[in-house]
Amino acid sequence: MPQGVAQLDRQRAAARSTAWLIMVGRNAALDAVRKRSRQAPMPDEAQISDLEDVETPMAERLDESQYRDDVLRLMFICCHPDLPATQQIALALRIVSGLTVKQIARAFLVGEAAMEQRITRAKTKVADAGVAFETPGPIERSERLAAVMQMVYLVFNEGYSAGPKDEARAELADEAIRLGRLLLRMFQAEPEVMGLLALMLLQHSRSEARFDANGEAVLLEDQDRSLWRDKLIQEGLALIDKAMRHKKTGVYLVQAAIAALHARARRFEDTDWAGIDALYATLERLQPSPVITLNRAVAVSKTKGPQAALDMIEPLGDRLSTYFHFHGARGGLLLMLDRRGEARVAFDRAIALANTAAEAAHIRMHIDRLIAESEKAKRA
Amino acid sequence: MMYAVLCYNNEEMVCGWSKEQDDAVMAALSKVHDKWEGVGKLKPSIRLLPTSAATTLHKQKDLVVDGPYAETKEALLGFYIIDVENLEEGLTFARELSKANPGGAYELRPIQLYLPGAPINGPYAAERSYASGAAG
Repeated sequence: MPQGVAQLDRQRAAARSTAWLIMVGRNAALDAVRKRSRQAPMPDEAQISDLEDVETPMAERLDESQYRDDVLRLMFICCHPDLPATQQIALALRIVSGLTVKQIARAFLVGEAAMEQRITRAKTKVADAGVAFETPGPIERSERLAAVMQMVYLVFNEGYSAGPKDEARAELADEAIRLGRLLLRMFQAEPEVMGLLALMLLQHSRSEARFDANGEAVLLEDQDRSLWRDKLIQEGLALIDKAMRHKKTGVYLVQAAIAALHARARRFEDTDWAGIDALYATLERLQPSPVITLNRAVAVSKTKGPQAALDMIEPLGDRLSTYFHFHGARGGLLLMLDRRGEARVAFDRAIALANTAAEAAHIRMHIDRLIAESEKAKRA
Repeated sequence: MMYAVLCYNNEEMVCGWSKEQDDAVMAALSKVHDKWEGVGKLKPSIRLLPTSAATTLHKQKDLVVDGPYAETKEALLGFYIIDVENLEEGLTFARELSKANPGGAYELRPIQLYLPGAPINGPYAAERSYASGAAG
């Protein structure tokens, strides 16, 4: 089978990034050699030929086989500790994965202009050659692992949130899973890496069921579960089982466990919402975030009802005022409580914030239903 | 004779197959499976999950290590199919075996697909074909 166009584009983008990083790295190394030669009184022939040789070991180091993969290696290189974490990830997503500034900004819940600035700053810092972009050794690799995992997951989410009509972007999910497998080969005994790969596999197992023939999003409760990919589910469950032995928890493992509880339910009614609520509570402790509380509220609405869930998310309004899913979920809860006017306002707000046509279409469906029902009520 | 046919391939490539590619390969294979199962010659067939899902018990040191068995000195001498609650129970079984037969290692690899195939009739005696003159 021929490779997808998007994949080739990404490979080309990665090749360009490699060239760019090698160039920057080479300049930094040349500067160092020049600095040394300035200190030496009389540069001799040998030293001049040293200049030529500098790029050879550098290129070799970049080709170290343990990385097995350009994209993964570049991600580790970009996670240089001299760059602030937010810049590392933004830079890597931009140059390695070829995501647009808008896509990256959305992942970080910041504005496009702010993200553009962040990336420019990171690039300037790198280009200033104060940072030697070498392929990190085993210790640096471990230190940078968390940032690389975050990147891989952001790339996955970019693909996951794309509808089937946006094939190029959807392929990012497969790419992230491939990178996750490579990461696990490098860090075989790291339970969080098992968790990350399991999480991506379990989420991705639903890809065939998540959109209908018109490319519109299908809610989890309405999905045809026979379309879920059993092979990916089994691999995800096996990785969670394997990680358990380490008796260590982490944000990816907990999220993978949540996805596993969904995957195990043959019917939506069989979902273990109490288990999911408990796992989200663990996640809130590990990594407090309004988005996690919002997700937990969905589980709470199933176990304790819509009012309890609404009480949980109302205090998040300030922090999530520009978050599509907040207004979508709030609208849904208000609708369940029969507060139609308020639900309509929340849905309108969600539509204005929708990132994809599928998201907008999904909310519009709710609004259409609201209008249809109110008209029916009028006629009656 | 009964044979175990061990399947080798580039794991990274196979894992990278799209659902369509994977389904196409499985459909092509199942034609062969059906033919041989129909005449009672295909017994259980198994597709394993990737090596990233494997865990290895090194018997002498009683050391459990994440990942597949990577040594090349030892040869694959046999395998068991077990149906257990989780990896921990699988390791308990492997440890019991290990006490009975120390040395080497057991790799526990989750099974993705298990097709029971035709019933097992017991070994066929190849020497019978010598007697009937069908061989050699």
